Amino acid sequence: MPNVTLIVNGDTRTVAVRDPDEPLLYVLRNALKLTGAKFGCGLGQCGACTVIVDGNAVRSCSMPVSSASGKKVTTIEGLGTPDKPHPLQAAFIAEQAAQCGYCVAGMVMSGAAALARKPDLTRADAQQALAGNLCRCGTHERILQAMARAAGRRAT
Amino acid sequence: MSARGLTGHAQASPRQMTSNHASAVLARRAFLQAGGALIVGFMLPGAVLAQRVARADAAIGKTLDAGDVDGFIAVNADGSVTIYSGKVDLGQGLRIAIPQMAAEELGIGVERIVLIEGDTALTPDQGATAGSSGIVRGGVQIRQAAATAREALIALAAARAGKASSEFDAIDGEVRPKSGGAGIRYAELIAGNRFSVKVDPKAKVRDPASYTVVGKALPRPDIPGKVTGRHVFIHDFIVDDMLHGRVIRPPAVGAKVVDVDEASIAAIPGARVVRIANLIAVVADNEWDAVSAARMLKARWSTSAPLVSDAGVRAWMRTGPIDADETLVKKGDARAALVNAQKVTGEFYWPVQSHASLGPSCAIADVRDGRATIWSASQATHRFRETIAKALALPKDAVRVVYLDGSGCYGMNGHDDAAADAALLSKAVARPVRVQWSRADEHGWDPKAPPQLLSLEGALTSDGSIDAWRTEMWIPKATASLPHMPLLALDAAGIVQPPGITTGLISQNGDPPYAVPHQEVLVHWLKDAPLRPSNFRAPGKVANCFAVESFTDMLAAAAHRDPVEFRLHALSDPRGIEVIRRAAALIDWRPRPSPARDAAGIGRGFAYIHYKHNESYVAIAMEAAVDKASGAIRVRRVACAHDCGLVINPGALRTQIEGNILQTLSRTLFEAVAFDRSRVTSVDWASYPILRFPDAPEILVDIVNRPHEPPLGAGEASATPVPAALANAVFDAVGARLTTVPFTRERVRAAMG
Repeated sequence: MPNVTLIVNGDTRTVAVRDPDEPLLYVLRNALKLTGAKFGCGLGQCGACTVIVDGNAVRSCSMPVSSASGKKVTTIEGLGTPDKPHPLQAAFIAEQAAQCGYCVAGMVMSGAAALARKPDLTRADAQQALAGNLCRCGTHERILQAMARAAGRRAT
Repeated sequence: MSARGLTGHAQASPRQMTSNHASAVLARRAFLQAGGALIVGFMLPGAVLAQRVARADAAIGKTLDAGDVDGFIAVNADGSVTIYSGKVDLGQGLRIAIPQMAAEELGIGVERIVLIEGDTALTPDQGATAGSSGIVRGGVQIRQAAATAREALIALAAARAGKASSEFDAIDGEVRPKSGGAGIRYAELIAGNRFSVKVDPKAKVRDPASYTVVGKALPRPDIPGKVTGRHVFIHDFIVDDMLHGRVIRPPAVGAKVVDVDEASIAAIPGARVVRIANLIAVVADNEWDAVSAARMLKARWSTSAPLVSDAGVRAWMRTGPIDADETLVKKGDARAALVNAQKVTGEFYWPVQSHASLGPSCAIADVRDGRATIWSASQATHRFRETIAKALALPKDAVRVVYLDGSGCYGMNGHDDAAADAALLSKAVARPVRVQWSRADEHGWDPKAPPQLLSLEGALTSDGSIDAWRTEMWIPKATASLPHMPLLALDAAGIVQPPGITTGLISQNGDPPYAVPHQEVLVHWLKDAPLRPSNFRAPGKVANCFAVESFTDMLAAAAHRDPVEFRLHALSDPRGIEVIRRAAALIDWRPRPSPARDAAGIGRGFAYIHYKHNESYVAIAMEAAVDKASGAIRVRRVACAHDCGLVINPGALRTQIEGNILQTLSRTLFEAVAFDRSRVTSVDWASYPILRFPDAPEILVDIVNRPHEPPLGAGEASATPVPAALANAVFDAVGARLTTVPFTRERVRAAMG
């Protein structure tokens, strides 16, 4: 089986894959045991599988692992930990911005990528940045409050 | 116990308590528990899960009797307390709220409580986590067990001291003399034993005025893990030696397998076909191999076209077959009052909708050697165990169903179906099998919210009050005493299961919550549903409140009265009046009749419900803008006033309210399942769109806390006024009455004429 080498959360990881078209998501979740990114649709429609590849938020369910070869992949696990959360993760915790939480890792990844581009984004900016991330529980308001907090628009 | 101690029998009560509890303690039955502190809020969730599993395995054999304190509560040697809850956290916050209720009664910090949820080997059967019952029944039951446990601990300390229980209180994990001095830790009092006392319905719960834990917006323990990717969902759980399975659903409802070309997946090493009658699946060691094989497998199916199609539902509902007609409400003589009256009429239609959980259903089963363990996101592990044990031909006691978090569940989605898939496949291959549904599986095959059709007529008195009201509804009739919704895998595998449909209580709230002298509600019960139905959040009440509160608005407009003033005039319940006043104030409601036909297309709408006429009170005011050229609706602001009695955790409650509002806006604006004569055709997020961030309005929530009233439940009620509040806002904006969901641009343009 061919090998694919990825730089995941700063570590160089080499994985044997039968099918170079295997989506990055399956490699992360199964071979690398990084289950933070979730399978939602496999169609790039919902955003639950979002990871950051070379600075861009991408849908890992629709990216062949071979396309990520040699690239820097940041997953939700690499963004922060419960003890040392990324500022956006801290904002999500402060705003209690999850219900079932299945979509939330993708939300955080898309939101973090947007905040990296524009640290002081507005509510409308946040709504556009997360337009491709679906939430079924209706946590949108709490997530927008978390984005506002991370953007410095709410008291911390 | 302490209640008795307070009655003044100072001599008798300690002896009495000693005999009650000393005998229990002296029984010295081994109390199974695992050691090690488990501080829920401050550990990595993966570690929490591992410890929870270890602790859970060690506790097998404990009583599951909901009548026993030991069914719910164990005091551990390290001073922590384990609470065993049959109700589960589906994302609604029970994981903090139930510990808050228990902690308050026990007199212990919430961080010292370990919660075990929905494990048939460990937790009492408290019924399904459904119908807004998590706190109301589940939490209240545990609260009573905790109050009993507190009295038992106090009695033990009192017996040691030879004093009355009334001289002690339970504070911070110790029983302390009220007069001061050293306390005794619970773990020392219980000394490794069980409580061995029945839950005492008379055990005195603490006075709400003294609450220090209940009523606080304590953070949910699962959120740090969820936002850092560490929380273990069922989708993330791994069992040693497990295979990945994918079931191939037929191309049409009711289609049978003609043949399967097993060689068609030969290119994928290790993948193989499992066939049980019409249940076709592939299994493989590697998940992507299973996905690939499922896509490659060639199977031929019989043709099948048993459905009415989405376009045919509304006509089908009128014609039936109808099982029976039933008059649910009859006050005065509505028919007579309407005969010569100037009538207002309206017909309202709610389409078939999908639960559309964001993560497709997933489960893992290990069925070997005459035993089965199933890990599932089931809302009702005990109920599912009965069904799956029969299907596997195993005794109930040989089957354990363990809850793990799934993707949001708002009624019954595909989780029990996926668990049945996994169980049958595991039994067939004698290895643990994980089944993960695809997006098309979930949208195509999850049980659906049934359609509803309502026809209303009413009339006003000469002074503009409601005189007469009739509601007729056409809705599927749930099968009486059906033990479980029929499961796809059992059906495909030819395993006999009781036939029927489940819907929830979908006929409630079809009558107005207002003073109306002549009213009648008539139900035409349909024998079947267009697609397999199940309960979906606030079953039936979303559509019924849509019809009732839209119609109330139509009557108010006919009376040329302000919609809020019109409702208040016809309402006497002070709690209803309070939420209506508060919601109106939140959005700065100015009295005037609708429609205003604002030049900019901005309108405001109002709706109210007293949920089931005996649960929570909710009023919603909404501001929406209508683009007159395109028909597009933009919801600008939603204001909700909410009274669910005693509030346990206002933070989690607010999130539930916001979720109800946003999810129901989604259902109202965007959602209808598309299906032809054979199959569901809206099988992805493009063909079944839901609300997105740019559509999310500002939300204002005002929570009325009534600490001295019972908790009433909040998982559903605030969903129900949403559609009517929006329809009424559109009417106010442009004078067009929307009566069919979803409110598409085409429908808005058509209604504007």
